[in-house]
Amino acid sequence: MKSFTGKTLRWEWREGVIELTLDHQPANEIGTAMLAELEKFVAAFAALTPETSVCIISSARKSVFSAGGDLRELYATAAAVAAKDRRAGVRAFLERIHAVMNAIDESPCVSIAAVHGACLGGGLELALACDMIIADKMARFAFPELRLGFIPGFGGIPRLKRDLGNAFVRDLLFTGRTVNATRAQAVGLVAQLAGEGEALRIARSTAAQITKYDAVTRSAAKKFIKPIPREELRREIDLFCELFTRPAVMAALKKFVEDSGPMPYLP
Amino acid sequence: MRTLEQTTQEVLDLAATHFQLPAGSLAPGDDFFKKLGLDSLQTLEMLSRLENHFGIELPDYEVQGVSDFKTLAERIQSRL
Repeated sequence: MKSFTGKTLRWEWREGVIELTLDHQPANEIGTAMLAELEKFVAAFAALTPETSVCIISSARKSVFSAGGDLRELYATAAAVAAKDRRAGVRAFLERIHAVMNAIDESPCVSIAAVHGACLGGGLELALACDMIIADKMARFAFPELRLGFIPGFGGIPRLKRDLGNAFVRDLLFTGRTVNATRAQAVGLVAQLAGEGEALRIARSTAAQITKYDAVTRSAAKKFIKPIPREELRREIDLFCELFTRPAVMAALKKFVEDSGPMPYLP
Repeated sequence: MRTLEQTTQEVLDLAATHFQLPAGSLAPGDDFFKKLGLDSLQTLEMLSRLENHFGIELPDYEVQGVSDFKTLAERIQSRL
């Protein structure tokens, strides 16, 4: 399927490049609706791989790449079941989203996240599954999960550890703070900085260059330099499920979903 | 080195320009959340604009509880 328009995203294949555009109100939250369409996307992406060199992931939403996991849905779903049944539900979701992230991560094609605005939690984890992040200067990155009593659950910590130094990984994780694109580039999270509103254009230009090279060599090089941290990814799911079932997490999520203020993650 | 007054004025000018408000319509003591009607994404955007303009990093926990331009300018000044 070379093109698709769903409720939360769309994609289009053209001349060896497949562009996935997240477009889910209000802030591209990754819940069950987007997950189902991401699963469709990775199936189509795999089928198109022989004729594809590059995948570009971007957002059509203003001021945001993705705010991450759909915490409102997560809270509502968890609150609707008995505490003892919560672990199975969240594990099932995590297994599915990990399969999507792994498919993007290990695709022989080169994947580029063209990021503008907020790239938080699960949104950052999606960007980290890509081979390169091209960010406009207004982009901001964060893992706010610890503020809610759990850890990033879509593969974020193992992938961040794979790619970056411990100082930045721990700063991002333990403070939950947002960092700007300049800082993100300085620590190696962002491959290229773009002017405001220019990330997608630069991603397309980068894709055009990448498509010129031999596919077998490109794929071999990617496999060589970017191994998937499978064991840590499995442990992350276990740890997330263990932490998620604590009452403190439900209390923090309740506070978050009921907060309509401009800084909902704080403190 | 900027003075605090200069920093405050630059913060006010930056906010007024971005939100297309008339020059001089914002004051140091104004509550920027109320005056500018910032939501969570706009707050992050404003933080990026300030960091890019002043060439600093301003961790969001340092501006937690800050809602007026003058105090915001003081936090920025401490990073210059």
